[in-house]
Amino acid sequence: MTAHSQQPDDFAFDDAYGAEAQKIIARYPEGRQASAVMPLLDLAQRQHGGWLPTAAMNHVADVLEMPAIRVYEVASFYTMYNLEPVGENFVQVCTTTPCALRGCEAILDACREELGIDVGETTSDNKFTLQEVECLGACVNAPMMQIGDDYYEDLDADSTKAVLKALRNGEAPEPGPQSDRKGSEPAGGLTTLTDSAAGAGG
Amino acid sequence: MAKLTIDDVEIDVPDGITVLQACELAGVEIPRFCYHERLSVAGNCRMCLVEVAPGPPKPAASCALPVGDGMTVKTNSPMVKKAREGVMEFLLINHPLDCPICDQGGECDLQDQAMAFGGGNSRYDENKRAVRDKELGPLVKTQMTRCIHCTRCIRFATEVAGVEELGATGRGETMEVGTYVEKALTSELSANIIDLCPVGALTSKPYAFVARPWELTKTETIDVMDAVGSNIRVDARGSEVLRVLPVINEDINEEWISDKTRYACDGLKRQRLDTPYVRRNGSLEAASWDEAFAAIADNLKRKDGSKVAAIAGDLVDCESVMALTDLMEGLDSPHTDCRQDGAKLDATVRSSYIFNSTIAGIEEADACLLIGTNPRVEAALVNARIRKRWLRGGFSVGVVGPNSDLTYPYDYLGAGGQTLNELADGSHKFCETLKNAERPMVILGQGALARADGAKVLSAARKIAENCGLVVDGWNGFNVLHTVAGRVGALDIGFVPGPDGRDVAGILDGVEAGDIETVYLLGADEIDTRKLEKAFVIYQGHHGDVGAHCAEVILPGAAYTEKNATYVNTEGRVQRAWRAVFPPGEAREDWTIIRALSGVLDKTLRYDDLAGVRRRMALQNAVFEIVGELRPSDWDKFGELGTADGDAFVSPVSNFYMTDTISRASETMAACTKSLVQSVEEKTGTNG
Repeated sequence: MTAHSQQPDDFAFDDAYGAEAQKIIARYPEGRQASAVMPLLDLAQRQHGGWLPTAAMNHVADVLEMPAIRVYEVASFYTMYNLEPVGENFVQVCTTTPCALRGCEAILDACREELGIDVGETTSDNKFTLQEVECLGACVNAPMMQIGDDYYEDLDADSTKAVLKALRNGEAPEPGPQSDRKGSEPAGGLTTLTDSAAGAGG
Repeated sequence: MAKLTIDDVEIDVPDGITVLQACELAGVEIPRFCYHERLSVAGNCRMCLVEVAPGPPKPAASCALPVGDGMTVKTNSPMVKKAREGVMEFLLINHPLDCPICDQGGECDLQDQAMAFGGGNSRYDENKRAVRDKELGPLVKTQMTRCIHCTRCIRFATEVAGVEELGATGRGETMEVGTYVEKALTSELSANIIDLCPVGALTSKPYAFVARPWELTKTETIDVMDAVGSNIRVDARGSEVLRVLPVINEDINEEWISDKTRYACDGLKRQRLDTPYVRRNGSLEAASWDEAFAAIADNLKRKDGSKVAAIAGDLVDCESVMALTDLMEGLDSPHTDCRQDGAKLDATVRSSYIFNSTIAGIEEADACLLIGTNPRVEAALVNARIRKRWLRGGFSVGVVGPNSDLTYPYDYLGAGGQTLNELADGSHKFCETLKNAERPMVILGQGALARADGAKVLSAARKIAENCGLVVDGWNGFNVLHTVAGRVGALDIGFVPGPDGRDVAGILDGVEAGDIETVYLLGADEIDTRKLEKAFVIYQGHHGDVGAHCAEVILPGAAYTEKNATYVNTEGRVQRAWRAVFPPGEAREDWTIIRALSGVLDKTLRYDDLAGVRRRMALQNAVFEIVGELRPSDWDKFGELGTADGDAFVSPVSNFYMTDTISRASETMAACTKSLVQSVEEKTGTNG
């Protein structure tokens, strides 16, 4: 991988993230601080607007007193670390089998249409980045997408567009199922234990 | 012991080894890419699959499988054959078939093993993946599309070299080996990854597209770029040395060589002295040997020996020092010295100037005190041994002197003489560490000895050795680390001032005072030649460096690849170098020049062949009777009692890549200096 554009020269944890980092480091025994590399990279990514510049990885390496290359290896191995800049809202649409069976293509198309970008691109106003991802573990509410830390589930084209529109307008749409069901209850209403209990021996 | 049956042959092998090693003991070849006996086991190439019973009914990676008693191993069954062909087919999926334009061609593990164990065809029709090449500095050329991800280079950098700069980034199809952030490898051993690479992903940059292995004449000989005496193979074509590779010697360099050893060889082609010169009317003019000798004879005619002096340089071989010793004796001059840097080494007690523990012995030590040395740049392979020992644990290192990155952690005790004095009088707390250690050692560098109070430093180190139990039966932990290849041999011959003789500083002062009129420089370039202006300087050597510039007569000698010669390394190990190519032009082997000159001066030496000089050397010092082996040296008193002054010890090597006339003439070493030494000085404080 080559040097990216938009790489800042410096990065350091601010007070809040720095304190959080110290708390995480304290979980590990003396001399095993390198174990904290993944949560610290996550903190760094959060502080830096959703992506990890090289300077942030170097800072994590310094904090944990480990060679920088070992941090690069971790950060480049896991797909949830973004090594390129992303928009304010990082939209990850699941396209693995259950979501595919439940029509994720339509969701992806709705995103493309609403945002005017293709997969892997960022809108010119830097509000959205669209990404296609593998299973996010919410198959019971397929199809779904993750935006930032929130899951939006039971999507169709219209509800997808609605969520994206709301985010564009600076609103905070309610995460979870976008249909009328609650959690992962059956879609057509409850199907078991609906009858009143029969009497003993009845 | 475990009893195994390997291909129907029963064999007893030690417990704890792997099936692959057991197969090797049984004489069965197992193909492999990622496995390397000097690196940790990775087990990721899968080429070493064998069939093992008892066990699951599938092939097992023999490099990572410990032997068990009663195991049956098959290395030639249909299952193994099929497994190997399958692995090879997978490896070749993304490996380009560009052998005709690949520098590894002819010495490529993948090529050889594909021939021996591959199926011969591929079912893969899709496009191969392409990987962007990495920039790893002036020595290592990359063609990363060829990489098969064996991770040997990563493990070498991490484990042996101690610079964690290489890694595998990305994953699966997008995994790449590199530094992620583009940078040159900052190790003195970096180019060993070229030898380790089983394919053509990492090749030699200076040697790129120069020759094919089968065109080369290979000569196993000895390196002189530092005092380690690494065993090397010099590959030459015609009269040109094209490359230098390591030869395995477990006692010295194991399987590695430093980057200077490997790449300074292009300096052998530049600035060479290939004909005698005589200064006429102020400028050096090419001359014949007869004219050069006549000019010397003219100068020395009826001159008193006390007005003649000789200085031996850093790269001198023992034969020429022996001849020069005898010539100076014939001329009645006591003014001879080989310690250009003024190191206060005592030539009378051998154990006071050699590395008594031996380099391999470092692995047995459990505490080490470094005094006035930065072994990483002075003797990179000694440093690698110390690191190897440190990796095993239970090893404490203390440093008095330069505080630099040695690739392993150490206690920094102090900068110079004051700390040394505390260690010598036993008041320093590190003395306890040494006393409590079973096999403590001290390594004394030239940076501590080459100063006015060097003799006192030497005696302080002896006191530490004696007080802290470094010298006991069967273990001598007192070590002097030399930085130049010619020094120990010259000390063994006794090329130091005779009775009333002057040392190097005395000779230079004598020239300025007019007491010394003629100075014979045998490859001596590391002195202040401005002080030689008044003298008639005879320079014998192979490079036109500062010594030659101030000479009245130049006698062209042979470099280390061009003569059959003897060198003694810092351990005191006598080793023979062999001629790989002939010296250029009129240049001759050095001892023969002195022999010829002695005839012209009417002081004819009593030997006229190589065997004769070597017999003379053995007479001079019995150590020359034994080649390659070491005998312990007797412990005795040495040094000058007193306290060292407080100045900080400074390593004599400031730029690893340029330390002698050959490396200073090397373009590759100049490129390394530019990209690694100077750029670091400019960028201090940044990371990545």
